[in-house]
Amino acid sequence: MTGLYVVVAAAVLAIAFGVCRHVTDGRVRGAGSRSPRLEAADLGTGLGTDATFVQFSSAVCAPCRATHRVLSKISAEDEGVVHVDVDAEARLDLVERYGITRTPTVLLLDGTGVVRHRIVGAARAPEVLEALEEVAARRAA
Amino acid sequence: MPPVQPTPIDPRGPRFGAAVTSVVLALVLILGPGVPALVLLVIQTVAFALGSLIGIGAQPYGIVFRRLVRPRLGAPRDLEDPRPPRFAQTVGLVFALAGLVGLIWAPVLFYVAVGFALVAALLNAMFDFCLGCEVYLLSRRVAGHPLGSSGSGADA
Repeated sequence: MTGLYVVVAAAVLAIAFGVCRHVTDGRVRGAGSRSPRLEAADLGTGLGTDATFVQFSSAVCAPCRATHRVLSKISAEDEGVVHVDVDAEARLDLVERYGITRTPTVLLLDGTGVVRHRIVGAARAPEVLEALEEVAARRAA
Repeated sequence: MPPVQPTPIDPRGPRFGAAVTSVVLALVLILGPGVPALVLLVIQTVAFALGSLIGIGAQPYGIVFRRLVRPRLGAPRDLEDPRPPRFAQTVGLVFALAGLVGLIWAPVLFYVAVGFALVAALLNAMFDFCLGCEVYLLSRRVAGHPLGSSGSGADA
């Protein structure tokens, strides 16, 4: 009987975790007021004048590629927006500094390099655009 | 991203494999410690080992998918990097080996290890869960530091 209980427990755990992740994955979250800045020197490339997406990816991550497509498309359509895809494994220093726990994680920086938003899990285009607008509006204000 | 891109695969293959794996692991648990469960778990361990050590192309459930299932389906929407599912096979292999050790020495270890392998396989089959995304970076972070260097005493 023990085995049957373990199977039922595993199924309940998998469904609860899966549904929870399905709801929360890719949501844009505010980064809080004391979020650290990211400098162009950290990335080895220039920041966007309006905003920069810093995407942390790894080779063993399939949703990273979907996220890459979403963010490349958005940054290609707006010349003030830059998309940087960082190999998390090669930049464990940044991973530690920004508390990245899984890939893909995207930091959305404003024009001065301050982290304004964080997206964990596969990014959703409409929410990313909304966050981008918010960052631009804050800059204009 | 790394310049070397391995041959992409149909993402439905690993998902089909995860469904088969879920059924096998559930059967192993329900049978409980004994010869039938041992035989099934050895078969599953070999499947994980082939997918992990040789490559996703050698994973037996993937071969079944390509030979028997894929010809009946339409073309996939897009292809996928084989490295994420291969990493998942490696994690599965570790849990299956722990389960085998438990089957012989300690039933608790058997139920816990096979139970967690079943959770991962079910998540993969039902939600297309990416185990590599969750575990790989954490394992790299731990590996990047000598044990204890990131503990609470380190910054004192």
